Amino acid sequence: MTPPIFPFRFELWWSDALVWLLVLAVIGFALYTRNHPHLRAPWARVARSASGMAAATVLAAFVLVGLLDSVHYRAALPPQGGKTAYATEVRSLLDRVLEPLRLTREKTYSAPLATHLHAKETVQLQDGSETRVFPRLRHGGAHLEDPQADWGRDVALKAFRGLAFGLLLWFVAMIAVCAVMARTPDSSIESLWREAWAGRTAVPWRAVFCAFGLLCVFVGPVAALAPYYHVLGTDKVGQDVLYQALKSIRTGLVIGTLATLVMLPFALVLGLMAGYFKGWIDDVIQYVYTTLSSIPGVLLIAAAVLMMQVYIENHAELFPTTEIRADIRLLALCVILGVTSWTGLCRLLRGEALKLREMEYIQAAHAFGVSHWRIMMRHITPNVMHIVMIALVMDFSGLVLAEAVLSYVGVGVDPSMISFGTMINSARLEMAREPMVWWSLAAAFVFMLTLVLAANLFADAVRDAFDPRLIISGGRP
Amino acid sequence: MTAYIIRRLIYGVFVLVGVNVFTFALFFFVNSPDDMARAQLGAKRVTPEAVEKWKRERGYDKPLFLNDNMPGVAKVTNTVFFEKSVRLFVFQFGASDQGRNIGYDISTRMWPSLAVQLPAFLIGLLVYITFALMMAFFRATYLDFWGVVLCVLMMSVSGLFYIIGGQFIFGKLWNLVPISGYDTGFEAIKFLALPVLIGVISGIGSNARWYRTIFIEEISKDYVRTARAKGLSETRVLFRHVLQNAMIPILTGVVVVIPLLFMGALITESFFGIPGLGSYTIDAISQQDFAIVRVMVFLGSVLYIIGLILTDISYTLVDPRVRFS
Repeated sequence: MTPPIFPFRFELWWSDALVWLLVLAVIGFALYTRNHPHLRAPWARVARSASGMAAATVLAAFVLVGLLDSVHYRAALPPQGGKTAYATEVRSLLDRVLEPLRLTREKTYSAPLATHLHAKETVQLQDGSETRVFPRLRHGGAHLEDPQADWGRDVALKAFRGLAFGLLLWFVAMIAVCAVMARTPDSSIESLWREAWAGRTAVPWRAVFCAFGLLCVFVGPVAALAPYYHVLGTDKVGQDVLYQALKSIRTGLVIGTLATLVMLPFALVLGLMAGYFKGWIDDVIQYVYTTLSSIPGVLLIAAAVLMMQVYIENHAELFPTTEIRADIRLLALCVILGVTSWTGLCRLLRGEALKLREMEYIQAAHAFGVSHWRIMMRHITPNVMHIVMIALVMDFSGLVLAEAVLSYVGVGVDPSMISFGTMINSARLEMAREPMVWWSLAAAFVFMLTLVLAANLFADAVRDAFDPRLIISGGRP
Repeated sequence: MTAYIIRRLIYGVFVLVGVNVFTFALFFFVNSPDDMARAQLGAKRVTPEAVEKWKRERGYDKPLFLNDNMPGVAKVTNTVFFEKSVRLFVFQFGASDQGRNIGYDISTRMWPSLAVQLPAFLIGLLVYITFALMMAFFRATYLDFWGVVLCVLMMSVSGLFYIIGGQFIFGKLWNLVPISGYDTGFEAIKFLALPVLIGVISGIGSNARWYRTIFIEEISKDYVRTARAKGLSETRVLFRHVLQNAMIPILTGVVVVIPLLFMGALITESFFGIPGLGSYTIDAISQQDFAIVRVMVFLGSVLYIIGLILTDISYTLVDPRVRFS
């Protein structure tokens, strides 16, 4: 019996499919932009913004984690009786990378880098008497013979080794960037290095280097310690908090991107139609978006999600596994967020289309007998793309923040899905414990702040580059 | 001007009809009343009789739009649509799925909501404008730069963390105020102080930055250059000319949220245990009480539309071009 060629089988969830479709679309858009100077110009301006590029570096790291977590597969079990069976558990590539974190479950809370549990337990001694002690962790620091004596030295040594490795990676990456740029004959790696650090290059490489350096300094020691300790501690059921925080990234990214993707067609088609045709079409579309936007956002989302929950409960047969149900629920949440949030962009696009339709080149197109559809596609849509682009990046951070709030209210993602919202929700009562359990909240706080801050800074850079005069919302919801 | 306001009022009523029909469709077409009954009763006790009983007790057993068994007007009035949706227009909210009187609950619970929201709104406005004005006064200096950085940093923190952090620092660490709860009369102040403070702080980032943009926009206008050319001091330009003119977009922009202050804030109220409309809604969501959620959606839209009409009126007050057209 020959073993199967691949010891796994890919599982394509709906959200995975959409994520990869989005990646393809972004690549396609990038290739298209490369060949069109007028499209390239604003992105070149983004590339010249120091804060924007530093934020983009950090965002890229988050996106990498999110994409690794979007490739799901089921591992092959040892062949039995000539047929290959696959494990029932669906894992992602990120799970594979983080295997040491996922599998090392403790009994309950343990502090970051701890070797003992956070709570005392009654254990029976050899002579039959009972005593209350902090038991050793099953995995965290299990390699230490005598934690009291060795712990500090071991942690410092491992962290230092990780730091050194991180710095090495940083250095190699910087040299690589300079080497790629130095392909022209009149520049050397050394001169480019000096130019970059002096801040004289067109693209602010110094900012990128600094951001990447910070990432390396943090990731290096964490990666070196993670196989031996729970770097961010464990939660109530003993699961590694670092693992949860990394898994939350995908949920946040999926909601931030797919919801805007759902909203885009509504806003674009209806907004342009209203502005271009005016008359009764405009009246109807205006009425629809005024009606929708007059319902307070959270209430509308809550009502829609409640209805979706009832539907899922009553049609359990459509969802074979918990994971698929959670995935469909995530998508449905994206759709609901998208459908409830297209009104703002629609209003902006309508205003812009109203202005554009009076332009002379549109009138010329009319005179030549170009159809309405073609005028909208060829002549109006490209001229409102800057508004669309700004709205897309500005909405992202708001959606990531909204997910946390909605999950708290109980109308967010499925409770079985790891997300920042579910992390905060399960950890919010831990601050009241004695002694306090702070690491779950702190981890969610740091990861979320980094992601949203990077997204906000990048969005500002994009907004400034695409239209400095345009003031939309300024970050207001 | 009266004609304009009346036109806006009529349009508002039309929008409300739209909201009403939309919510009805959302609540009764996506899932049938049978589905809702099953979700409410839970999987174990679900028998056809129990479902019928649940529906009958709450009036969901009637036909949706037309009741052929009834004579005359009752054909239309004795239906789910009329009893559950049309009655909302005269503020007859009926009973919740748990059997409580929603109208009574709302009338008692809106005052605690307002007690948190109104001070937070007023103090917030004052703080945001002061902060924004400061950044605009020191524009293009390090103070302005770091002010904006602080704003971006503060708006990147989830509102949940402001509440959790505030409760921890002021409630647990410094023991200044009780962590949660509510009381009537002046005793309420010690319960309200922290929610109001958190409400103001969590809004600083986005609002101060937004107002700063308005101020900076105003500063670049021609009349400001004229004022400077006359030899007025920068302080005088900023406070006499820029502030007054920038207040128009700011004030007309915030009018729309004033009626919504009654609705309370969902998260704040549930964290601080304030018996307002926000925590009422959260409880309804977690208990899957569809009647309450439906009423709150409608009430929210009513208040929002009142806000829009107030905005229109405030425009006619400050802008003569609207008044005389």
